[in-house]
Amino acid sequence: MSMPSPATNELDLRGTAPAPVFDPAKALVAQATRGYWRTVLARLLRDKVTVACALLLLAIVLLAVFAPLLAPADPFKGSIMQRLLPIGSEGFLLGTDELGRDMLTRLIYGGRLSLVMGITPVINALLIGAFLGIVGGFMGGTVNTLIMRTIDVFYAFPSVLLAVAISGALGAGIFNAMVALTVVFIPPVARVAESVTTQVMSLDFVEAARASGASNFTIIRVHILGNVLGPVFIYATSLISVSMILASGLSFLGLGTKPPEPEWGLMLNTLRTAIYLNPGVAALPGAMIFMVSICFNMMSDGLRAAMDVTQ
Amino acid sequence: MSTHARDTNDNPRPILEVRELRKYFPLSSGIFNQRAGTVHAVDDISFSVMAGETLGIVGESGCGKSTTARLLMRLIEPDAGRVLLDGKGIAEPAPTGMAIGEVRRQMQMVFQDSFASLNPRLTIEDSIAFGPVVHGLPRRQAKARARELLARVGLAPERYAARYPHELSGGQRQRINIARALALEPRVVILDEAVSALDKSVEAQVLNLLLDLKQEFGLTYLFISHDLNVVRYVSDRVMVMYLGKIAEIGPVEAIFGGTAHPYTKALLSAMPSMDPARRTQKPPLTGDPPSPIDPAPGCRFRTRCPYAEDVCARLDPQLVTAGSPDHRVACEILRPASGHSLAAPAIAHAA
Repeated sequence: MSMPSPATNELDLRGTAPAPVFDPAKALVAQATRGYWRTVLARLLRDKVTVACALLLLAIVLLAVFAPLLAPADPFKGSIMQRLLPIGSEGFLLGTDELGRDMLTRLIYGGRLSLVMGITPVINALLIGAFLGIVGGFMGGTVNTLIMRTIDVFYAFPSVLLAVAISGALGAGIFNAMVALTVVFIPPVARVAESVTTQVMSLDFVEAARASGASNFTIIRVHILGNVLGPVFIYATSLISVSMILASGLSFLGLGTKPPEPEWGLMLNTLRTAIYLNPGVAALPGAMIFMVSICFNMMSDGLRAAMDVTQ
Repeated sequence: MSTHARDTNDNPRPILEVRELRKYFPLSSGIFNQRAGTVHAVDDISFSVMAGETLGIVGESGCGKSTTARLLMRLIEPDAGRVLLDGKGIAEPAPTGMAIGEVRRQMQMVFQDSFASLNPRLTIEDSIAFGPVVHGLPRRQAKARARELLARVGLAPERYAARYPHELSGGQRQRINIARALALEPRVVILDEAVSALDKSVEAQVLNLLLDLKQEFGLTYLFISHDLNVVRYVSDRVMVMYLGKIAEIGPVEAIFGGTAHPYTKALLSAMPSMDPARRTQKPPLTGDPPSPIDPAPGCRFRTRCPYAEDVCARLDPQLVTAGSPDHRVACEILRPASGHSLAAPAIAHAA
């Protein structure tokens, strides 16, 4: 038997490349190449915008966590004599609100509720939505249709309206507002998870895993999760800002936090009457929401770029 | 060393037998999923593969080559027919059958797309070790085996084990896919267009590697390709498929030396020859293969066959021997007294 075309290649390929001798002692040193997550971290650290955003968020979180130690005043104690002082007043670095409470203190304390209400619903939605989407995408067929069409029903409502409707039906309160926000975020997360799963399922390595005799559970654990959770996680990070804004919106409407509790959305609401008297102070809670949202979005962009190691 | 199964007379016996295997894909359309037809992807094919041989499977795209491979691995369920590995029915109950899990240890597959068939999130080593771990080998040993195999396919383990698929070239990735398939110590390896996506010099390296590995591990290959030169180089026997049916099957010399089927003739005449003296001016096949959706009865090739006659539309040609006993052809011309004007008369057959 002769090989008509490739063997005529001038390189005598057969035999010229002998298999390297296998040396187990040498092989054990081979761990030198970095693992996937360490590569991602190294790439993230090179991205200055992402690092800056992460540091800013870290600072805000630390301030919120250690608020009682760091805040200069009592967040609930006001003075009728010192209402709506402008930014930079003596003793009140960021001025005072409509009841004469220290703005800096209330902004630091406000981060506690605002961050919790921004992040908790997204984590819950990530867990439930990713589960639904991956199961749907993996099973396909009727199960998938059932899950995805049910989720489509929620898509029929604008997210703000849905959040307001659910939290209105459940009654005002922080817990109910978070339940409402979780319900709002499950459909988009599930949809992203489902589409990525379907895409991954069509790749040959899933077929190869099946051909090597792996069970469905093992295939999902080793081959699906690793490839699906990344994109879903990135998407979820971008939802944190939306969640914070919606949570603030609910508080603004009186469906989330109740006064006198410090929360950025609620503070924005109560200060809106002072917008003509002292616009600088009135805009501060809004500026905080804006800053944190932008930081989460930038971070999710940076994460996406860093996790795409194939580039 | 020989793992070639042999019967008492020292004749090779089939390691793989395929009996009347069939897969139809229903086509649906519209919002109510109306039945729009059936794709006859694999239509009652029967063949066997001897232990230690390489069976080349050729045909145009859409002829059912890959579907056959996936049916053998049970990645898709057949509609009818049996597949026997070592005489035991695949996915049949125990005494005469073999569980899917065991089949998937003894039979492995290498896919065409070297990139898509490796998980981008797993290191090379983990990808190769995955199968053995699934089959219960401790992780440490599985990794050691992965490294040995890496060395065996020509990639230094200390350099490549911890890398990711995107860091490697197509040829290197395909070597890894081969190592992955061999990690379970299979006896049959299905190579589904395994070298088709590689450029010629790399293709030659990988082909030679495959031939060496076959020798070393006593493997049996099912080599699926559309490249006739490559099939000729690696195969002991060749099976030509056309629209879900076997057109011709026989030893490689019989197919490439004196084929009997008009379709194989057309395929071979379309094959570029390295020897200018052997280049033909005859036009190869024209047109596309007809749709495999609800094919009309009779010979599937008759719409493009220069010798088609009435009888070809009436009868579904069965495989008949031509020349040597192991060379079989599905064509009415080759069946004596079939009614085709070119067929041998009945008397000649009787004599």
